Amino acid sequence: MAKTLYDKIWESHLVDEQSDGTSLLYIDRHLVHEVTSPQAFEGLRLSNRKVKLPGSTLAVVDHNVPTTDRSKGIADKESAIQVETLSKNCKDFGIEFFGLTDKRQGIVHVIGPEQGFTQPGMTIVCGDSHTSTHGAFGALAFGIGTSEVEHVLATQTLIQSRVKNFKISVDGKLPLGVTAKDVILSIIGNIGTAGGTGYVIEYCGEVFRNFSMEERMTVCNMSIEAGARAGMVAPDQKTFDYIKGRPLAPQGDNWEKALKYWSNLYTDKDAKFDRELHLQGKDIEPTVTWGTSPQDIASINGKVPDPNLEKNEDRKKSILRSLDYMGLEPNTPIQDIKIDKVFIGSCTNGRIEDLREVAKIVKGKKVNKSVDAIVVPGSGLVKLQAEKEGLDKIFKDSGFEWREPGCSMCLGMNPDQLKPKERCASTSNRNFEGRQGRGGRTHLVSPVMAAAAAIEGRFVDIRKII
Amino acid sequence: MEKFTKLKSIAADLPIMNVDTDMIIPKQFLKTIKRTGLGSALFYEMRYDEKGNAIKSFILNNAPYNKAKILISGKNFGCGSSREHAPWALLDFGIRCVIAESFADIFYNNCFKNGILPIILPENQVKELSEAAKKNKEIEIDLIDQKIHKGDNRPFDFEIESFRKEYLLNGYDDIALTLKKDVKINSFEQKKKNLTPWLY
Ligand code: SF4
Repeated sequence: MAKTLYDKIWESHLVDEQSDGTSLLYIDRHLVHEVTSPQAFEGLRLSNRKVKLPGSTLAVVDHNVPTTDRSKGIADKESAIQVETLSKNCKDFGIEFFGLTDKRQGIVHVIGPEQGFTQPGMTIVCGDSHTSTHGAFGALAFGIGTSEVEHVLATQTLIQSRVKNFKISVDGKLPLGVTAKDVILSIIGNIGTAGGTGYVIEYCGEVFRNFSMEERMTVCNMSIEAGARAGMVAPDQKTFDYIKGRPLAPQGDNWEKALKYWSNLYTDKDAKFDRELHLQGKDIEPTVTWGTSPQDIASINGKVPDPNLEKNEDRKKSILRSLDYMGLEPNTPIQDIKIDKVFIGSCTNGRIEDLREVAKIVKGKKVNKSVDAIVVPGSGLVKLQAEKEGLDKIFKDSGFEWREPGCSMCLGMNPDQLKPKERCASTSNRNFEGRQGRGGRTHLVSPVMAAAAAIEGRFVDIRKII
Repeated sequence: MEKFTKLKSIAADLPIMNVDTDMIIPKQFLKTIKRTGLGSALFYEMRYDEKGNAIKSFILNNAPYNKAKILISGKNFGCGSSREHAPWALLDFGIRCVIAESFADIFYNNCFKNGILPIILPENQVKELSEAAKKNKEIEIDLIDQKIHKGDNRPFDFEIESFRKEYLLNGYDDIALTLKKDVKINSFEQKKKNLTPWLY
């Protein structure tokens, strides 16, 4: 029978299946960070259990870490304890750990691919919803809760039930200035934040084939914002080239074996999807979110919606609530929205290609006087690479702050937060109420759109600049 | 994990769509290394103003709803982050059952790991239950029969996957049960080692 990529990976990891469909799924790789793991390790200790395969697990600190000078450690006591706890847990249980001063430290979903830890055909989990990022390599990757983190540590398996297949294809070419971020925001706007619930999405079509690995990661990263269990792109030569030679990539004989195995990872021609969505690349525009859900999107040439035009009562209430929180009037043109902050970074858009694109836009220009702008590289290695290319100098000359790697203002668990009512153009993935700081107002955009907004102090159509 | 069989309580109605886990428990409370004590942080930014004073209009700040064990809310409840702190906070506050039209995947799963029952119902039934909640009517959830009694003769039925039901009814420890399958897991792993040796 013809199978999808998801079907193939699922079936090759099935340890046990009960008559009601409840399955025990084998997990190849497990990423761990400091926020969602302490209670899992505590659970192991309380029940005298060990980590089954410490070598399949990689841990890093990212959410709590300061992005300013780290020489004095972490000032916030609780954050410091959480970071130290992970370090101790990794030592006690024999897990490889990238600590605060390790140059490989960074956001968990940036370092996995960077180290070659992420590979096609794998099952990968992490106590973090944006684990979907790793699906860009043709892996089945998804976020889990802390109880499940403990389950995976102890058994290298997870109790799961199979979900359905959703094909999203974007055909043709994207207009200049339209990025992977605009593609995924448009998809979420189209199907809604619950549109992918109960599905694994496979992204197909010319646009994804043409995307670099990093662009594919941006798209897969936000699959969770569409509610999907996971998102994936079938691996191809680009995928293999990206992995080759990375520290944890297969070597020698194993590389050849792996290549052979990976080249069978695709959806069969006649495979059936339970749901399909087809979009045209040419129709996608630079996109800005206006509300407090990633589905609240508008074109850069669009306007803030008018709740009075909404017929569904629940939806109308939700628009009113969002507009009130965001401090926006109905029908305001998006390009009239002024911003106070710009955040470039996160596991969605904190990789080297993102930083290169931003540098192209801001080179020789100055950040608007009314704007505070920061660039937070996704990892220590991204930071080093950017500095090697002189990007840090371009950013600093323009008036951006150049920070140490971590999650930073994506969720503001460290001191990088918005103040109440501050408005931010952010390259991250969530614009929820309070996400970047209590009362903070987040507009999700692509890196180039954020860069242009930093210069102009308001949103502008990037297509008119490049 | 505490067993779940029957639950009788008034319900608190929170008619908001897309309640995300940042709302359920904001980031500043994720720094804990414990599972307990998070009830006071539940819905923190909706429950307290910037000075930390309780906001009167928020449902869970008012008697009798501050004692509710059932929460009724809008579509796509629990979307966003995977933080299990969300169900921990609900549980610590005393909520054992959440009723909504739909739930986000990871949150839904996390509930079961903590003895919380998330129930999916069609829109009209959720609306009817919110009306009952507003009138302080007690609602009884019977997991054994999969019924919701609301004081009339028309109980609602609800669906739940059989293994999840069994785990809740018995308060099973997932890991202990999985470890009983260790022979199967190990022989699977051995096969994988031959098939994909570069992973080991
Ligand atoms: S960058 Fe943001 S979304 Fe990504 S892992 Fe960190 S907090 Fe989560």
